Amino acid sequence: MSTLARVFEATGLVTVALGSMQGQMERTAPPRGLWCDFPLGRPLGKPGDPAFQHRVLAHAFDLVERAAAPTVEHFAEAILDDGVSEVACPLPPRHDPALAPAVDEARGLRPAFDRAVARYGDRTGTGRVITADEVPDALAAFVRVADGMPWREAGIPGAPARVAQDIRGYYETAALALVDHTPAAWETTRWFLHHTEGGKAIVAARAAMQAAGEKTPLWFYLVPNGI
Amino acid sequence: MADRDVKAMTADLPAPAFDDVAFTVPRPLVDATVAIVTSASLHHPDQPDFSPNDVSYRVLDGARRDWVSGHWSPNFDASGFALDPNVVFPIDRLAELAASGRIGRVSDRHLAYAGNQFDLAAIRLDGAPAGAALLKEWGVDVVVLTPV
Repeated sequence: MSTLARVFEATGLVTVALGSMQGQMERTAPPRGLWCDFPLGRPLGKPGDPAFQHRVLAHAFDLVERAAAPTVEHFAEAILDDGVSEVACPLPPRHDPALAPAVDEARGLRPAFDRAVARYGDRTGTGRVITADEVPDALAAFVRVADGMPWREAGIPGAPARVAQDIRGYYETAALALVDHTPAAWETTRWFLHHTEGGKAIVAARAAMQAAGEKTPLWFYLVPNGI
Repeated sequence: MADRDVKAMTADLPAPAFDDVAFTVPRPLVDATVAIVTSASLHHPDQPDFSPNDVSYRVLDGARRDWVSGHWSPNFDASGFALDPNVVFPIDRLAELAASGRIGRVSDRHLAYAGNQFDLAAIRLDGAPAGAALLKEWGVDVVVLTPV
């Protein structure tokens, strides 16, 4: 962001950069920076809360008007992730015992995914590599990797990290139809990774790829840092 | 896994070095045209997805609502944007500020880059100047940059 801001400003544009990482913002020193102590992925703070978003923008535009020289300021309100809270979503019961649990589960979540897409759109769900229809088969491929099959032979339908993003997006989008509130940041991710068979399959495949000596970028980015 | 863990693993990434900080004196906001530039890798479904290490940009139509995330990094919460695009791309908030007279107008078009970049020289020398030229062509005065 700071690189863009500096280049833009040098052409005569006026910029104000929001930033979620204090150290990076202070080190890179954009012409006008507003560090907001919010979780990554939510630079305006709170989804569905126009008043909060307006407070962030009000500070940003005040900074535009007040600053007479390059300045980084801090937004007064913080949103902190507790690192443990998760959404409590009901998971579908086993339907077809012949299928791997993750595959069966993904099929069972399809109605919830469709309801969420109908309500919110599909901004972060599937579509990078695979469609919602293809999620169960893609999960079956990760299950095979977790069981020891080399990933190149397992039938993952694209770059493993990108396919894993579609699977995570499918689950987290489905979760939005299974809760009655706006989840805090990372709550749907922790639910996916810790409680669903699909998330467990991705984590297990990641461990198997690491143990098999695959190149780090191939497995590291299957899930967020810190797993 | 916590947000602080994710931030900690990227906190020490090298920062680009600039000799000085450019600084433009703004015109009154009430007369200014404002655009959003985000590093959230947003694009419309009919535009090419971002590739890894993609230093180009996508032009976002502010009147469409079909923005999708093409970010390659798994290291951010995506549920907020899934619920409300304004938490990343505050297009409705800017429209409200224009309606209230706080800012002059909202640009019809905006830009998205890919945030997980390591080749900042290419952004600095190629993608960013090209984007700046477009913004100026559209009559933009003020840019709000939002990260992901």
